[in-house]
Amino acid sequence: MIGLKFDKTKCVDCKGVFCLTRCQYLQLDRDTARKEWQKIVDGEDSFVLEACTTCYACEEYCPFHNHPFYLIVERQEQKGILPAPRPIITMWINQCQPVGRFTVGKVDERMLSYCFLPHFNTLVKGKLFDDTAGAVVFGQEFFCNAVYLHYAHTSVITERLPQIVANIGKLGVRELICLHDECYGTFTSLAPAYGIEVPFKPVHYFEYLYNRLKGLGKTVKKLDVKAAYQRNCSSRLAPETDKLVDDIFSLIGVERVKREYDKENALCCAEIIRMGKGPALADDIQKRNIDDMVKAGAEYCVFNCPACWDALADKVARKGIKPVHIIDLCKLAIGEAQSLKLPELAVEV
Amino acid sequence: MVTTNAIHESLVKIVGKSYVSASREEKYFYARDGGLMPPHEPDFVVLPRTTEEVQEIVRLANREKIPIVPAGAGLALTGLVIPQKGGIVVDMKRMDRVLEVNEKARYVIVEGGTTQGALKSYLQKHHPHLRHSIPDAPPSATVVANAVIHGQGRLAHQHGFNSDMVSGLEVVLPTGEVCRIGSCSVSSYWFSKGPPLPDLSGLFLGWFGTTGIITKLGLKLYPCKKLRDVMVLLTDKVELVPDILLRLSHTEMVEDTVISAQPLPLRFRGTFWIMTYITGDSDEELEFKRKMVWDAVWDYFQSRDVGFISTSPEGKAPLLSMPSKDTTRFADVAKGGGFQYAGPITPIEKFPAFIRKLEEVAAKYNVFYGSTTRLIGSGHCMMFSFSFSFNRANPDEMARAKRALDECSKFALEEGAVLWKPDVDEQKMIMEKMDPNTLELMRKIKRLLDPNGIMNPGNWEMR
Amino acid sequence: MMQQKYVSQIHRCFRCGYCKFPTDYSSFNCPPYQRFRFETYSTGGRLWLIYAWLKGEIEWSEHLAEILYTCTTCRNCAEQCPMKFAPDIIDWIVGARSDMVEKGRIPPRVARFFEAVQGYSNPFKLLRDDRASWANGTKLYSPGDEFLLYIGCLGSYDENGQKMAKSLVSVLKAAEVPFGIMGKDEECCGNEVYMLGEMGLFQNIAERNIQKFKKLGVRKIVTLCPHGYHAMKNNYPKAGGFEVYHYTELLAELTKAKKLKFSSNRIKVTYQDPCFLGRHNNIYDEPRQVLQYIPGIELVEMERNRKDAFCCGGGSGNFVMDLLAGDENSPARIRVREAYATGADILAVACPGCMTMLTDAVKTENLETKLTVHDISQILARSLS
Repeated sequence: MIGLKFDKTKCVDCKGVFCLTRCQYLQLDRDTARKEWQKIVDGEDSFVLEACTTCYACEEYCPFHNHPFYLIVERQEQKGILPAPRPIITMWINQCQPVGRFTVGKVDERMLSYCFLPHFNTLVKGKLFDDTAGAVVFGQEFFCNAVYLHYAHTSVITERLPQIVANIGKLGVRELICLHDECYGTFTSLAPAYGIEVPFKPVHYFEYLYNRLKGLGKTVKKLDVKAAYQRNCSSRLAPETDKLVDDIFSLIGVERVKREYDKENALCCAEIIRMGKGPALADDIQKRNIDDMVKAGAEYCVFNCPACWDALADKVARKGIKPVHIIDLCKLAIGEAQSLKLPELAVEV
Repeated sequence: MVTTNAIHESLVKIVGKSYVSASREEKYFYARDGGLMPPHEPDFVVLPRTTEEVQEIVRLANREKIPIVPAGAGLALTGLVIPQKGGIVVDMKRMDRVLEVNEKARYVIVEGGTTQGALKSYLQKHHPHLRHSIPDAPPSATVVANAVIHGQGRLAHQHGFNSDMVSGLEVVLPTGEVCRIGSCSVSSYWFSKGPPLPDLSGLFLGWFGTTGIITKLGLKLYPCKKLRDVMVLLTDKVELVPDILLRLSHTEMVEDTVISAQPLPLRFRGTFWIMTYITGDSDEELEFKRKMVWDAVWDYFQSRDVGFISTSPEGKAPLLSMPSKDTTRFADVAKGGGFQYAGPITPIEKFPAFIRKLEEVAAKYNVFYGSTTRLIGSGHCMMFSFSFSFNRANPDEMARAKRALDECSKFALEEGAVLWKPDVDEQKMIMEKMDPNTLELMRKIKRLLDPNGIMNPGNWEMR
Repeated sequence: MMQQKYVSQIHRCFRCGYCKFPTDYSSFNCPPYQRFRFETYSTGGRLWLIYAWLKGEIEWSEHLAEILYTCTTCRNCAEQCPMKFAPDIIDWIVGARSDMVEKGRIPPRVARFFEAVQGYSNPFKLLRDDRASWANGTKLYSPGDEFLLYIGCLGSYDENGQKMAKSLVSVLKAAEVPFGIMGKDEECCGNEVYMLGEMGLFQNIAERNIQKFKKLGVRKIVTLCPHGYHAMKNNYPKAGGFEVYHYTELLAELTKAKKLKFSSNRIKVTYQDPCFLGRHNNIYDEPRQVLQYIPGIELVEMERNRKDAFCCGGGSGNFVMDLLAGDENSPARIRVREAYATGADILAVACPGCMTMLTDAVKTENLETKLTVHDISQILARSLS
């Protein structure tokens, strides 16, 4: 039976109500938080459901891994609350609809998932991917669908995800190296939370990169640079992978600058928030985030998620910080060139 | 009647041997355009280089009563330069110079065959703070032909039709005289096509070359700001579109507004995409305009009826490029190399009705459709396109697309729209609906200017 | 295979005309359209006429064939066409030509080109025995040499091409590169034959060459001419088992590795990207790197450069047949005027086809005292200390 496995007894014992008290946008005291959370658990109306920015962070804050965010999304959908305008949601639902267009490269036991992000066509090249080059799945038929967590549509996820998992399974894939946290989080957190069985082993690409760099031994040179790391919303679904950022950085001589908005207190790219809540909040988040990078003396802003890249690369560059995807950062360390770059946009008139 | 050979020789004398053809191949190509109108072959294709050569060709044609059709790139798609009665096609594209830019009076003078692409490039290189209203036709479209068909470009919202931006003409009349129209008829400046004189430009603009051949054209230029951005608004409620357009226009901050609707790729299905272009000389200016646009539809945003899509710089690039290659790509969505659209000029309140008609007709004739609408003036009207793509290798599909277009045109006319760049059949429909006294006035003008009826016959032909 | 593909696809051209332009739309960048100016000579015109011919709407004529064969396969159209089929356009043109060849309906100049290559293994009808007359004792390839230097027909027989060959040999010797040539045993590379649509002849040439390379034990080939480079790299059967380089790639390596020593050479140089090096094979940087390595050289670009470079008009056998000649709008003449406008002393080339076309055009335009055409190896040779 596919459905959210949410254990309300865990919430009864919870002292901190961290899902709401640690929320970066709500500023709730513990009592209010407890009251509102209980309403959500009980399926009653709560202003939290309207106010939620869908930043995913409460998934990480819950010490019991009880999936508070998935419950919020369930409740939003049940109550017809739209975290974003309806046409935006419609656009997303339509654009990722499976239509039988299977984009598959060389079929192998170990394959890369490009999710639905064309950036990886640019990023995946060179020595780091010698072993896996060409063994790729991409597009609607392999799209993890986690994005609908932003749009109060877990129903789309539960409807499509089993088939997506089956599509990947049918290829005979044993290990799926996920290049996007959204996929990794789907297969390691979202699918189990809904009782969807995953017949392959999801591997986070950080782990893959780390092992590749280890394998390349002395060809890896220390970059000796300071970088701010831009955490993305979906990394909240798999917070254990954050440590791998530090591991990779230490291999390639990158200092992760200490700053206010990193680790558990990271700010997301805010473009989803712009679409849902409007420009004032989004602009404020982006400004605080980038100012913080500047203040911390970062030379680079290292991206994990291509969507964050789309949102912020241009903006950090304007502040004199070099944007780079973590795959490209690893390439720099082995003497290869950065492949994902900002388009040199001349003003077209 | 002199022989074909003699005419050929005369044409060779005028433009030189290399630039006259009566060969099967040129006749074949110039007999048709990329659209769905039936072909008709010319007897000759000539490529003049000067106004004097054009005059000579016209005099010859007038003397021998041979039809003559001035042609740009043939991109109207409605067969406006198909020589319906044979004769001489005058391909103007060797007359391709940019003659003068007056920076302080903000106009340019181009020759009769200068392409939109060449003008864009010239201004970018030599006068980067000036621009013209670039249409989304391919860059091979000529400036003159686009003005003659009342084309619209990227500045249509602010400044109207491209023909509104004409600031002077040099025309070879059907009887061979060269005539200047506008301020340039009494002054060396080309700043006005009419005012404060009687505006004679109307004798040529919109006439599809049936009253003369434009050999030079003055065009107004407009400030070109340093920065440009596009905001993409989505709604799924068709009935809101006219009001959204008026609100955007009310800001007086928007340079260009284009609405697109199409069922494929899937991301477009079920929503209307409103591309809103803004410009600025600084980030602050752009930011202010962005805020104005948000504010204009804020209540629709709160009611969740209108959203803004976040777009990366890379995603914006094709929307910002001028002309838009995506417009042309529509021709090959079905791997078939063809599309045509009926583009009625209509009040914006008609948007919902026209969309419904488009969907209905596409389903009825089983053809793939799309629509790109451009706001003209401050909401004074819009060009609504009923676009159908077809496979050029599938005659049945082409016939269905043509029937779909005809039905949409008829519907639009009944709804109070006026057909844009109408084909010869649509011209007849318009003239049937036209005030008889207006039609009579047109007839008198045509007879006066072109007594032998040699100019692009078949078009605007009043019985 | 290619033919079937063009037959089922060619109707997809919408004749929008993007193919005529460079990226910035500043001028016309299709050599035959720029020369003749009838729409029929643009890529759109050509594709529509081929489709009409396939459908039987027009008959074959010599004029039709000339329209088809004035295309220099410079690949500007494929670069600019907005449609998804853009990369296939050259295949379509070549497919239609091969159809005409099979039906024996080709212009006389093209037929003579094939006869010459068939009979003499060069398009000039010059004696096979004279193929290495330029070589002046240059060492023949022997096993153990790292590179086979493949000269090609223009380098072997054309006066300007021979100058290129000689200077390249001298530069490679100066850099102590172990290489040899094939001498009289070398044959035509077949690139033009391929582009002109004589597929049978091309197959023979390719197979014969591959056999000869194998017999000699060749592992790496460096070509003087981008046309040969293109044919061997992209159109020879994959079983060749050898790597192919253009000489500018090798020179870029050698200069980077400091295998050559230069004295200062104060000249202003502009560079003509050869179509078969640039647009066909995406090599734009190496030739420029070589030039910029020489102290004193100022490299200035023509308005149209790199992927927007305007073809010299010599492709698809036109360096012999010259179907675009005879007018001030001939591509080579336009191009040397453009080069002259940069204020350069030297128009650098990396292709013997460009070399011969542009050298002739400099004479016709009376620019001989103002602009000299040299290939990159000649400029390098003159700058060696």
